[in-house]
Amino acid sequence: MYALPRAYAKASAGIARNDERYLEFSQLHKIYPTPKGPLTVVEDVNLKLRKGEFVSLIGHSGCGKSTVLTMAAGLNPISKGAIVLDGTYVEGADPERAVVFQSPNLFPWLSARENVAIGVDRVYPTASRAERQDVVEYYLERVGLVNAMNKSASEMSNGMRQRVGIARAFALSPKLLLLDEPFGMLDSLTRWELQEVLMEVWDRTKVTAVCVTHDVDEAILLADRVVMMTNGPQATIGKITEVNLPRPRTRKALLSHPDYYAYREEIIGFLEEYEHGHKKEAA
Amino acid sequence: MAVLELSNIRKDFGSQTILNGIDLAVEDGEFVAILGFSGTGKTTLINLMAGLEKPTAGSVTFRDKPVTGPGPERGVVFQSYALMPWLTVTSNIALAVRSAMPKLPAKDLAARVQKYIKMVGLTHAATRRPAELSGGMRQRVGIARALAMDPEILLLDEPLSALDALTRGNLADEIEAIWEADRKTVVLITNDVDEAIVLADRILCLDPNGTMGAEFRVTLPRPRGRTAMNHDPAFKALRAEVTGHLIAAGAHATE
Amino acid sequence: MTAIDPSQLAEAREAKRTRRLTRINKAEGWFKVIGLPFMAPLLRAIAGDDPRGQMKLLWQTLFVPILSILCFLGLWAVLAPKVHTSLGTIPGPAQVWSQAVALDAAADREAERRVAFYERQEERNAKLIADGQRDKVQNREYTGRPTYYDQIWTSIKTVFMGFVLATLVAVPLGIAAGLSPTVNAAINPLVQIFKPVSPLAWLPIVTMVVSALASGDGGMSRSFIISAITVTLCSLWPTLINTSLGVASIDKDLVNVGKVLKLSPWARVTRLVLPSALPLIFTGLRLSLGVGWMVLIAAEMLAQNPGLGKFVWDEFQNGSSDSLARIMVAVLTIGIIGFLLDRMMFAIQNLITFSDKR
Repeated sequence: MYALPRAYAKASAGIARNDERYLEFSQLHKIYPTPKGPLTVVEDVNLKLRKGEFVSLIGHSGCGKSTVLTMAAGLNPISKGAIVLDGTYVEGADPERAVVFQSPNLFPWLSARENVAIGVDRVYPTASRAERQDVVEYYLERVGLVNAMNKSASEMSNGMRQRVGIARAFALSPKLLLLDEPFGMLDSLTRWELQEVLMEVWDRTKVTAVCVTHDVDEAILLADRVVMMTNGPQATIGKITEVNLPRPRTRKALLSHPDYYAYREEIIGFLEEYEHGHKKEAA
Repeated sequence: MAVLELSNIRKDFGSQTILNGIDLAVEDGEFVAILGFSGTGKTTLINLMAGLEKPTAGSVTFRDKPVTGPGPERGVVFQSYALMPWLTVTSNIALAVRSAMPKLPAKDLAARVQKYIKMVGLTHAATRRPAELSGGMRQRVGIARALAMDPEILLLDEPLSALDALTRGNLADEIEAIWEADRKTVVLITNDVDEAIVLADRILCLDPNGTMGAEFRVTLPRPRGRTAMNHDPAFKALRAEVTGHLIAAGAHATE
Repeated sequence: MTAIDPSQLAEAREAKRTRRLTRINKAEGWFKVIGLPFMAPLLRAIAGDDPRGQMKLLWQTLFVPILSILCFLGLWAVLAPKVHTSLGTIPGPAQVWSQAVALDAAADREAERRVAFYERQEERNAKLIADGQRDKVQNREYTGRPTYYDQIWTSIKTVFMGFVLATLVAVPLGIAAGLSPTVNAAINPLVQIFKPVSPLAWLPIVTMVVSALASGDGGMSRSFIISAITVTLCSLWPTLINTSLGVASIDKDLVNVGKVLKLSPWARVTRLVLPSALPLIFTGLRLSLGVGWMVLIAAEMLAQNPGLGKFVWDEFQNGSSDSLARIMVAVLTIGIIGFLLDRMMFAIQNLITFSDKR
């Protein structure tokens, strides 16, 4: 009964050219020119994602993880190296790469439905009006906004707005979903709820996703692999951990899973190793 | 002996009851964490303790005297740091010390300010203004300011909520170390389970309907390193138990 | 013997260049404040930092404004001769420029005459003293026509007088209104009613009151006081409104800090309220000075205060063939001085208020 809407299924049915290397970062660099000479923020990032894989990117603030994400989104030019998504080079922003930011940037005078519809109308040009409506409603339902579809964004709490943000991103039927600390502004309960909402919607669509986060529990809960980044400048990938926990996951089940704390310790250990040296400045 | 006591507190805003039937006694030298989600009236609760707000019914007493307004014996650390943006780190702290101890000679005042700046590790940034500091550094100033007034009790109103998860963990460890040094009475308001477990002797859950929920004693040995605790079965059990209680209480409220 | 290592030399040069660029970057904020945003890229280009990037900035900050001014002058020159008035055609830029030069020359001549007058008086007095007729010595003030520069100076003095009066009234009142909702409720309706009143409506009332109260001697002429007070009445409001807004919107947490610290009322105002509200107070002051300068010209026209307003009015009444060009000189002068006054306030604001960006 929760089948994907027809328009969405049609739009996402394209056959991937290479499932094993669906998204590839190769020798990715970000260099900013400064009066004192070029500053390398991100250095030589190499990463391959399978189609349908969820990867968390974790590191200290200022380590360039958001820079990597914005480059993948096409919002920030690539200095050296390349990002290839499904056989094409990433260049400029495109709805096939949807981004969820920390604040969802909704149009405050539009309702939840209209906010989601704006994007949907653009990416399903051949679908009928009813089909597009279906897509919008389907995702708003999935994120738990059945009763608030016609509420305007300005009347919503932060948590509800971010739900709309998630619905909007998924409804675009993107090839790649990019999440930039999506729950950073929310309090813990709302954060936990939204992490589960995200997991639920993602389990249905299995869209390839990269999530930047500070939160160790969030990184483990969401991801198939946790990618840990060293400190910037010249930040790069320090370590990658494969998370072999059963899906679908819930927070409660994970907390009692015997392997969970081993993953947690590994990641916290890595992060602690990298905070010495400039601990005071970082904090 | 209870230092700060709240008995049968109710607080209404308009027709809405935010807090109801709150009884709470904070013992001398104890570190109490009040854990709850947003909208549970946590900040209202600490404002009542600080004397910034008055209860609709019930009483707040500090060392057996009723609390009628704010005072320097109850130091407050705010979630938004609340530093004067036009003052340097030193001047921000000096302003507090001067008003808490008006008779202190200038030399002693300067020494006192320096001592607390050093305690939070900001000596190198003493002449900077808040805008030139990271969030974590700003909150260190907020903590130093509260401590420098030599309060009898320290009220921490979600001091780490505005920081990212990693900075939050670091600063929590540091607050624990500072607290170890002189074991002042502390009330911490937080929405983070880990923070409460790392810091507190006692965790009180504030339920979404504005009443006190479950209470947990934290008997883990100090210092409680964040990495090492991942081995500790007592920690894992407590974390699962507290989280479970919160999720249940939260689900109950949204039904 | 030590040879000079060329790489060391290059390093020293590089270090010097970096230092120079840092200094330019620091100065950049100030160039923007005083209205010369093109200075920083110009200096950087000269120092040899990314000349192509700097050219782009220069194009934006220097060449585009210059081009737009040239276009304006061109249009003016072409269109002006096509409009015929009772005083002849509208003057073009060239005629206006020649009138500006003529006004300057007239000021020079006036200065010479003044010097000559005093010389003659000295001479006469010296002669009288030599003849032993000391009781006949007379020292009279020169009473020539005010020059264009005198008129500008009078206008500036008048506007500052009015502005200072307005500030002295508006800031304390604004602080009181911001701190106390009661005071605010009391003041607010009056503010709303009097704020939109035009200076031309105030002027007759001010004239009557000043004429009744002030005798007009003692350094300040009546017309000066009338113009200044009219400026005060019109420029009061932006400062008052912004001050009370600034005071009322202090961060609630900072107010709580003040309560926890038990600051005395005086300490609260000086250490908490004023510094917090200063940016908005200054925004108000800048608006006030701008309003005051606009109002002043109208007030001077009617009050016959010998400033730029009277100059424009006299030229209009005069109706010679040069009058329109002279009025245009005055219009440009008024515009440029208004701009400079605003920049000055902006610079002071940047100097003394805290900013989150620094």
